[in-house]
Amino acid sequence: MSQPEPETYSFDFHKETAEITVKSSDELSIKIGEFAGPLDLLLYLIRQEQANIFDIPIARITDEYLRFIRLMKSLDIAVAADFLVMASTLIEIKSKMLLPRDPNVDALGEEMDDPRQELVDRLLEYEKYKSAAQMLYEKTTVEQAVFVRGKIESDESNAEIDASVFDLLTVFQKIVARHADEVKLEIHREEISLADMIKDLKRRIFESEELSLLTFFEEMHSKRELVTAFIAVLEIVRTEAVKLIQKKTFGDVILRRI
Amino acid sequence: MSEATASQPARGTSDLVAVVEALIFVADEPITAKLMAEVLDEDRQAIEAAVDQLKLEYENRESGLQIREIAGGWQIATRTEFHEEVRKFLKTRPSAKLSLASLETLAVIAYKQPVTVPEILEIRGVQSASAIKTLLDKRLIVAKGRKETVGRPMQYGTSKDFLIQFGLKDLSELPSIEDFEDLAGGLS
Repeated sequence: MSQPEPETYSFDFHKETAEITVKSSDELSIKIGEFAGPLDLLLYLIRQEQANIFDIPIARITDEYLRFIRLMKSLDIAVAADFLVMASTLIEIKSKMLLPRDPNVDALGEEMDDPRQELVDRLLEYEKYKSAAQMLYEKTTVEQAVFVRGKIESDESNAEIDASVFDLLTVFQKIVARHADEVKLEIHREEISLADMIKDLKRRIFESEELSLLTFFEEMHSKRELVTAFIAVLEIVRTEAVKLIQKKTFGDVILRRI
Repeated sequence: MSEATASQPARGTSDLVAVVEALIFVADEPITAKLMAEVLDEDRQAIEAAVDQLKLEYENRESGLQIREIAGGWQIATRTEFHEEVRKFLKTRPSAKLSLASLETLAVIAYKQPVTVPEILEIRGVQSASAIKTLLDKRLIVAKGRKETVGRPMQYGTSKDFLIQFGLKDLSELPSIEDFEDLAGGLS
């Protein structure tokens, strides 16, 4: 069964060199992407060698396997740890096969402790799932040729459709109730228009010759009023005979009639 | 309140076939015979007979549609022959296929469920974390609780979406894993 294995073998994980020519590496790089794992690669190599899975020429396959890993490294493909685990398994099996056989065991039955047995079992098990994956692939391909109707808008997918006019009215009343306070506030906010503000500002300047902007702005109650007041000041400076005086940097600004 | 009066116990066979067709048509997902029996207040056997009858009618008149049993329920779908025309109208392309690694992982999960990540690694001989993530994202597999063993690893199984997307009635419709053995053995 096991042929005499050649002794020419060495592998150093740290001494990887790109020994494969560009042409062949291009050709092989495409293949590498297709392997779903070390068992897949191993099956491919066995098929490539046209070997019998039950009698794997372990030395040849190990060499081929390691050549692939070197190639992957030389192509800068990160070699997954799982591929290295398989490499060590192969080397272990190979070294076991090189050991002389126990003549007593040989007499009983040679298949008894074939070091390859466990690997063969795993390969066969894996191959089943690989075929199952192929079957799933075919099924999903068929399934993509079948179409079902699009979703219909139902009460479940569109709850609003279920509401009557009275439901809408109830909801509307609730919303009105909830916003009652805010509505009142908005009426209150109408306090002063820009025109009124300008009028007021003018009146005060003509009464008192000058006006501190700081005190003027402090009289304002809200942000909105403050903005109106500010615009009023700008407007009055533009249109009326007034000027702005600031005595020192960051100090109060005085609005004075000329 | 009107359940009893609304149902019509004296529905004829052809009426039943027609109303079953209507229900299968409007259902967003494959609809079970049990659910139809409840809605129509009929025997499940009567529903099943009606579905079979309906299926036959579609086949006999070579309809562009077919009645399919998917994920334990019934569904109306187009026939595969017209996929090109339908796709042209819908302006869709076949959606992205799963990678080889994802398909393998899915195969292991489908046949071995509930199965843990280390058990998948054992069979595939390679880490399957990203494949499992893809399958979870696509809702083809779901977590099925933890295994009461060291580390309490998460177990995975296939989902209803898996059955729908792969056009399966139920898991028993998958060919037995042992059927693939011949293929594996013939590798020499």
